[in-house]
Amino acid sequence: MSEIVVNAVSKSWGGVGGVDRVSFKAEAGTLLVLLGPSGCGKSTTLRLIAGLEEIESGHITIGGRDVTHLSPAERRISMVFQSYALFPHLSVAENIIFGLKVRRVGRAERDERLKKVADIVGLSQLLDRKPSQLSGGQRQRVALGRAIIAEAAVCLMDEPLSNLDAKLRHEMRTEIRSLQQRLGMTMVYVTHDQTEAMTMADRVILMRDGQIEQNGAPHELYNQPASDFAARFIGTPPMNIISWRDDTSLGVRPEHITLDDHDGVSATIKAVEYLGADSIIICDVKGETVAVRQSGYCSVTTGTKVNLGWQNRHVHLFEKNSGKRREGGLPQ
Amino acid sequence: MVAAVMSATESRGLRRRNWLTNVNAWLLLLPAIVLLATFTHYPILATLYHSFFSLGRSGPAAFVGLDNYSYMLDDDVFWQVLRNNVIFALATVPTSIALALLMAVWVDKKIAGRSFLRLAFFTPTVLPMIAVANIWLFFYTPGYGLLDQFLKMIGLSGHNWLGDPATVMTALSVMVVWKEAGFFMIFYLAALQTIPPDLKEAAAVEGAGRWYFFRRITLPLLMPTTLFVSINALINSFKLVDQLVIMTKGGPNNASSLLLYYIYEVAFTFWDTTYAATLTVTLITILAAVALTKFIYLDRRIHYQ
Repeated sequence: MSEIVVNAVSKSWGGVGGVDRVSFKAEAGTLLVLLGPSGCGKSTTLRLIAGLEEIESGHITIGGRDVTHLSPAERRISMVFQSYALFPHLSVAENIIFGLKVRRVGRAERDERLKKVADIVGLSQLLDRKPSQLSGGQRQRVALGRAIIAEAAVCLMDEPLSNLDAKLRHEMRTEIRSLQQRLGMTMVYVTHDQTEAMTMADRVILMRDGQIEQNGAPHELYNQPASDFAARFIGTPPMNIISWRDDTSLGVRPEHITLDDHDGVSATIKAVEYLGADSIIICDVKGETVAVRQSGYCSVTTGTKVNLGWQNRHVHLFEKNSGKRREGGLPQ
Repeated sequence: MVAAVMSATESRGLRRRNWLTNVNAWLLLLPAIVLLATFTHYPILATLYHSFFSLGRSGPAAFVGLDNYSYMLDDDVFWQVLRNNVIFALATVPTSIALALLMAVWVDKKIAGRSFLRLAFFTPTVLPMIAVANIWLFFYTPGYGLLDQFLKMIGLSGHNWLGDPATVMTALSVMVVWKEAGFFMIFYLAALQTIPPDLKEAAAVEGAGRWYFFRRITLPLLMPTTLFVSINALINSFKLVDQLVIMTKGGPNNASSLLLYYIYEVAFTFWDTTYAATLTVTLITILAAVALTKFIYLDRRIHYQ
């Protein structure tokens, strides 16, 4: 099977974007998302797996084969670039079958595979066009087609949706995920968009400053963030984190806070953001900002004094200095 | 009635505004038009006009129709310099382009002393042709020139490179290639740097080797530059004759003379200005044909980003 194992891999440029002894494993046939802010090393990690950067130390195996010192082509992977990297002078068809031509696949097989892939990515009508005559979404599909026609077991994606508008991004998200599952590919997907990570991934690796902050399934990252960084990175709006004791901060998700009339922490409403299905109420608690999610339309006026309440089981505790999660519930 | 008056005033206002816009536009164009008309368009038309007249050394110039052109077709020297020019173009244009591309690809890589190499390749372009010709005149001097001294060292006897009809064109071509290639390299270098690096990475993932990538991706993407450079090189090969003045004066026995140099000789040594006008019209026709081929035919067949 084509699982990917990254073992204590390092790469540095003396600046941002390097990675430091990163280890993880992508199970065969699953979608692993590398998530993090810009400069956290997620793209570097992907490029190391692809073989586009040279590894300083550590090992990478794909399907049990050590590929650490192999060229990108020898790793038998396919890749989608953020810019799509389409060849501007070649037609859609030529772009898709580029790799097959390189590997001297016969014309009959080439045509057959092109037809199949064009159907899958919905480009059958546009095969003679040049990339410049396509919309952003169509270009994305060409890049996708070029990646899947190789029938490689491993597909790497470097922020493939970041150049699309919001509606298209949502569509392609679903499409890429279903494609990955249908073809049974092992996919490593880089993004800075936590929504993409949460909706698509089997496993999310959250990175920060070249190291892994947390590695887990989407619900684990959401429900048990390993640090205040993870807690703030995931969720819209992010988790509220307020100082609690000298060495501890207290975190609670906006949807777990309720507005009470008499009990709880006193707060002042600063603003209300109405989103349709729910409203986000921005409150001020002793100089710290706390967001509260209320379902539906919420007609409170700014400046109103309210009391905020939550249940102890929804509380997360973090060490103030290290930011690490402190296990064990809230001491009474 | 009121409406009619209104619309009349309105359209008068509109016309006035249009007129002002036009005057404005023409005024802005005026400096360019004056310069082009005085130094390009008028001379071309005057040359064309004179090519249909006799010289008029004794008496007024008479209209002779195409006599000058039929004389040209019978002129052996004209055919020789035209042939020389075609050979010169064939020898210098592809060579300098190939060399320019090679140098550009080389200095586009991350190598030590890259800036120095770029500068070194570009230096011949900065030198005036007159200076280049004088330098190379020394290289080719029989006996004590650089080339002969070198040949003597490895045991070969001296040779009069510029005095031998068999070697003079080659000697001049080598020099022109040396001078021109660096200039064209700059265009290739600029074009190479506009090719996004992720195309190379995408091709590498697909298994394309360096040569395959160069042939299938880099070269086609450089085609607009190649076209631009080759048209310029071709026109230059007809236009650049300074070296002949310094090095050979078209000799020996017109073996190195080019069309433009022959025009110069006819006009200012023999003072046959109408025949020079005839030759000039021929030269302009050739260059215009080259330019038209680019704009009408080749531009459609090339991918522009």
